[in-house]
Amino acid sequence: MSAAGGRRVVITGVGVTAPGGIGVKDFWQLLADGRTATRRISFFDPSSFRSQIAAEADFDAELSGLTPQEIRRMDRAAQFAVVTAREAVADSGLDFAAVDPHRVGVTIGSAVGATTGLDQEYRAVSDGGRLDLVDHEYAVPHLYNYLVPSSFATEVAWAVGAEGPGTVVSTGCTSGLDSVGYATDLIRDGAADVVVAGASDAPISPITVACFDAIKATTARNDDPEHASRPFDASRTGFVLGEGAAVFVLEELESARRRGAHIYAEVAGYATRSNAFHMTGLRPDGAEMAEAIRVALDEARLGPEDIDYINAHGSGTKQNDRHETAAFKRSLGEHAYRTPVSSIKSMVGHSLGAIGSIEIAASVLAMEHSVVPPTANLHTPDPECDLDYVPLTARDWRTDTVLSVGSGFGGFQSAVVLARPDRSAR
Amino acid sequence: MPTTSPFTLDDLRRILREAAGEEEGVDLTGDIIDTDFTALGYESLALLETGGRIEREYDISLDDSALTDVVTPRGLIDIVNAQLAAAQSV
Amino acid sequence: MNARPLVTGLGVVAPNGLGLEEYWAATLAGRSAIGRITRFDPTDYPSRLAGEISGFDAREHLPSRLLPQTDRMTQLALVGADWSLTDAGIDAAELPDYAAGVITASHSGGFEFGQNELKALWSKGGRYVSAYQSFAWFYAVNSGQISIRHGLRGPSSVVVSDQAGGLDALAQARRQIRKGTSVVVAGAVDASICSWGWVAQLAGGRLATGDDAARAYLPFDEDARGHVPGEGGALLVVEDAEHARARGAQNVYGVLAGHAATMDPRPGSGRAPGIERAVEEALRDAGIGPDEVDVVFADAAAIPELDRAEAEAITKTFGPHGVPVTAPKTMTGRLYSGAAPLDVAAALLSIRDGIIPPTVGSSPNDRYDIDLVIGAPRPAPVRTALVLARGQGGFNSALVVRAADS
Repeated sequence: MSAAGGRRVVITGVGVTAPGGIGVKDFWQLLADGRTATRRISFFDPSSFRSQIAAEADFDAELSGLTPQEIRRMDRAAQFAVVTAREAVADSGLDFAAVDPHRVGVTIGSAVGATTGLDQEYRAVSDGGRLDLVDHEYAVPHLYNYLVPSSFATEVAWAVGAEGPGTVVSTGCTSGLDSVGYATDLIRDGAADVVVAGASDAPISPITVACFDAIKATTARNDDPEHASRPFDASRTGFVLGEGAAVFVLEELESARRRGAHIYAEVAGYATRSNAFHMTGLRPDGAEMAEAIRVALDEARLGPEDIDYINAHGSGTKQNDRHETAAFKRSLGEHAYRTPVSSIKSMVGHSLGAIGSIEIAASVLAMEHSVVPPTANLHTPDPECDLDYVPLTARDWRTDTVLSVGSGFGGFQSAVVLARPDRSAR
Repeated sequence: MPTTSPFTLDDLRRILREAAGEEEGVDLTGDIIDTDFTALGYESLALLETGGRIEREYDISLDDSALTDVVTPRGLIDIVNAQLAAAQSV
Repeated sequence: MNARPLVTGLGVVAPNGLGLEEYWAATLAGRSAIGRITRFDPTDYPSRLAGEISGFDAREHLPSRLLPQTDRMTQLALVGADWSLTDAGIDAAELPDYAAGVITASHSGGFEFGQNELKALWSKGGRYVSAYQSFAWFYAVNSGQISIRHGLRGPSSVVVSDQAGGLDALAQARRQIRKGTSVVVAGAVDASICSWGWVAQLAGGRLATGDDAARAYLPFDEDARGHVPGEGGALLVVEDAEHARARGAQNVYGVLAGHAATMDPRPGSGRAPGIERAVEEALRDAGIGPDEVDVVFADAAAIPELDRAEAEAITKTFGPHGVPVTAPKTMTGRLYSGAAPLDVAAALLSIRDGIIPPTVGSSPNDRYDIDLVIGAPRPAPVRTALVLARGQGGFNSALVVRAADS
């Protein structure tokens, strides 16, 4: 069951498209500086909505190398996925032309697919919501690609030349972790040797803002957008919607070593569990997330004391931050109090299905730089959140092993353990 | 002061049914005015949907806390009527 | 690690039959459910036929608390999941914590629910959007709702690979069984027969036009010109063999023996499509040769170029007319990600009953050297079946199911 003895999977390439950081370098600088990329929504006039804040990516599709036809047929999230995959592939140094395309897979996580494209196109075919029977004469030819988000995997496969297994993993807000977990299984099982894996979402559109307004999940701290995402702070009032993508090149360890690849980290353990409780609610005790963490550690053959840093889900809702704090204590015991925990959602917002992969990127970069990114905007911790959340300022911290967790609508609770491949077994 | 409440328990029953159905084993037609919503089978999401429908139908705006802190039908009905009265007096 | 993933429960919601035996009887009788769309007025659209599920009243099957927050496809999926667990004789509440999960495929989520909320947003304003919209339409909703309804806290997942996703979900369930999970409810149910979903499907360019239900969806036929969509699918109980044995499972339909998924190359690359490789690798994964396969349930795209690729993949592996091929989905329409799990259910029933269901409507084009089972069901001992599924965007998936004692 564990990686040991079988095929092991490592990350050899990283790409990130995030608010405040297009590309790995800028993304990491944002995190290391503890700057926030949240602002008043500029993509449309948000004044009729309860929450008017988002973390928007200053993404220029043309400057990012997409052709006019690619731009035309792809939803923004698909564009993110392709551009970010290309960055990861270039970063990996792997000559994809020399790899058997049949052995290369693609898994892309996305919670809401081409929501932004669908929202726009619905307006056109329904004539602004007036028509019950929408008019196909006004449909764009690529509307089918918006209908079914597996088009993201197709676009990435075409971009990198993959012909192995391909899919989109769509488990709500844990998609970005689950996509990497799924890809890891593909390589371990021998279904692929290389997988271009990650996640992308671009949900900042009226329908998404409205649906989170309706359940008051997003913050309405509209007068102070830069400080609106406040995970673990006593004054937090909900999450800030974000967007972006992170994509990785995952490879089988031995072949990565043979070609002398730079290895960021091993995907040493992964597990997901469901709370079977509520589509949007969480059981306060964090039992299912704790179980996912325990199983992921077990798979990695590591113990709680091996975890150097926890990259939290930290969405900034009242419920979540207490839930996962409980889960960390439940799974790691006393070690939870000794381990730095931070939420990059304080800086880049919550990009739904993408954020799990963006958080894995932050985690491997923390390992790379031996720096733990901070939780921005954390001034007065919630008394029920009593761990070390690395407030405001990044911390120099030797980081060999990271736990990254996520929690999502539908009850999904996932955990990924990243480690240096040369660690000694427990 | 109006002599009759514009928002009644029957209004709430109707909107609850539309918004969130009825829990098996619960009789909404019974004496529920002081029964906890949780005992009636309605959790926060059901109350948010219910609140949204009330806001739209009666053209009022309920505070965030109105729906998260309210415990019983009586509590919610009182809040809605206070809002309606305030809207009338403007 | 070497746990055998058996199928011990089948839950079917199909246009030509609600429930397993109703579906199977209709399928063997060659009864098609394809007809003019009734769920909206299709008059002004170029495609007007679908395989609709009629006579499904969610109120008869589900608590009223669930109805306002669920799309039709989720209601169908919840009922399919109930039936699969009942068929398996499993009371999920009696399973240990984390012993069971849910893995579904999705195609377009709860699109009809989404259409209603988009209409509310754009015609009336943001405050008219439902509190349920945040999850009722999204792709993960069926796995989430099924897990909640039955208290399934083990590993759950959702895959989207267009119309191939249903097999990928079963393959992922197989993987989880091998990693130690006892039970996975797996498969897919889809339904997007609303005008918004219809317009988006029309844009895909693969829908058959016209009004003649008997001549609309004709895979491998000279007149193949697109498919008819349908709604429904199947959820299967996939169970570790040891677990099934220990509890004395009442039904053992077969074993998920092998799987492979591939993607087609980029258009214009001149490279071969991936379907043949999916077939070869699935057989290899199952550890069997082509001679051991007794029937192929075809993807049956009914697009000439795709029919040719599939027919060639079959003849290359099995030889000309080397294996019976069938497409009972000609009676239901293509159920998107629900189609392949329904085919897997049909394949397992073929194994159980020793009979291959027919393909209706099509007369195989002479260009294809395949032995298409047409007109009437064909009695034959079936021990091993290969189920194929493809999705727009180049997805290919192949699953081998075998009799449990093979």
